[in-house]
Amino acid sequence: MIRVVLPFHLRNLARIEGDVELEVAPPVTIAAVLDALEVKFPVLRGTIRDHDTLKRRAFVRYFACKEDLSLEPPETPLPATVVSGEEPFLIVGAMAGG
Amino acid sequence: MSSVRVLVGTKKGAFILTADGRRKDWTVSGPHFAGWEIYHLKGSAADPNRIYASQSSGWFGQIIQRSDDGGKTWNTPGSSPEELASPDGMPRGESNKFVYEGQVGTHKWYDGTQHPWEFKRVWHLEPSLTDPDTAYAGAEDAALFKTIDGGRTWKELSGLRQAKGALWQPGAGGMAVHTILLDPTNSKRMYIAISAAGAFRTDDGGATWKPINRGLQSKWELPDPDAEVGHCVHRIALHPSRPDVLFMQKHWNVLRTDNSGDQWNMISGNLPTDFGFPIDVHAHEPETIFVVPIKSDSEHYPLEGKLRVYRSKSGGNEWEAMTKGLPQKDCYVNVLRDSMAVDQLDSCGVYFGTTGGQVYCSPDGGDSWNAIVRDLPPVYSVEVQTLQ
Repeated sequence: MIRVVLPFHLRNLARIEGDVELEVAPPVTIAAVLDALEVKFPVLRGTIRDHDTLKRRAFVRYFACKEDLSLEPPETPLPATVVSGEEPFLIVGAMAGG
Repeated sequence: MSSVRVLVGTKKGAFILTADGRRKDWTVSGPHFAGWEIYHLKGSAADPNRIYASQSSGWFGQIIQRSDDGGKTWNTPGSSPEELASPDGMPRGESNKFVYEGQVGTHKWYDGTQHPWEFKRVWHLEPSLTDPDTAYAGAEDAALFKTIDGGRTWKELSGLRQAKGALWQPGAGGMAVHTILLDPTNSKRMYIAISAAGAFRTDDGGATWKPINRGLQSKWELPDPDAEVGHCVHRIALHPSRPDVLFMQKHWNVLRTDNSGDQWNMISGNLPTDFGFPIDVHAHEPETIFVVPIKSDSEHYPLEGKLRVYRSKSGGNEWEAMTKGLPQKDCYVNVLRDSMAVDQLDSCGVYFGTTGGQVYCSPDGGDSWNAIVRDLPPVYSVEVQTLQ
């Protein structure tokens, strides 16, 4: 079971409390987790990555195991501790600065 | 007894202000969609409980929200709890999908080169006058989208961008369709306005469009002041009893047309400055119009720190300042283009919101004003529903 942590505004939008738990068939990649997330919560389509190109939105970041995976290719396998559910996959709104 | 519902979009959420027909005691609901930018909300004339809202964020993009109970509860169209419970599969989740039709094409960029159209957000939502499930969305980069299924899906009316779109160029505020006017007597006719491209009209339901900018003068903004497109139109308004007569607040100048935009004429008259953003028409007096003069394009606040609505009862040229109840010193707010509206009560109410977070109401056609709220986030838009 993959654990996904969403930012405040997306939890509100999808009416989610706490973490999201997803069943994802191997290989568990960034893209596979996002696909499963959007199937479970269609309202999130277009908010994390573009509808058509599936490119990550500019001010969204992916973190896991203290690493920034935002610039990794979507087909990148996630760490074993994320696949096991020990560590969450974090989707984060980038710092606004200022 | 009649009542009014004021829909306020702000930089940090939506607010709904309600009162009975006296418009003295107000109830404030919100923030809805707290923390998100709400460019615009508007109710359907065909079903006042149906309200569409444009919710957006620099992080997470565009969301369309819809209420079917007058703003008490909201859903992204196609994702209501009932639809999610359907055993037939998941909804498609495409209420926030705005895709330009066909070849995306290019428009003029700041440096004069051609630049591909890129969807950023919906500035304005205009529900059909007759069908609650039909609505139009004015987008940045400038384009017009239409839904016929209550906002579940949107399709571009791409003929608009064929009206010399390659020559359109964004101004400092971007390039968006910010005004959509529907002709109540002719379902095939619509008007839209774009900063900074101008005003356009369709007579075939949106398939084809033509620029309607003859008479506009932009001598400080364009190398050819009479150019067919490129003018920075801030807002246009009409009275439903005379849809061929339009009033315009341009970047500079206030204008009117009496022939559906074929020719515009200046009506700035004795205004202290004719720069500004909103313009609106009295609900029962088609020749009574309202503007909020702003000092200049470089100084977006009222002249002399005095917030004044100017009213013309003669369709322009002769204007009087409405000041009673408005701050007459040290006021340096702006009033954005979608932030003025009128109600339909016998004594026409006029409303506007400011970038300082105030929403003012005049229950007597502009003669006197009261602040309904004073400390909202910067106000992007104000719409009013008159309820029986």
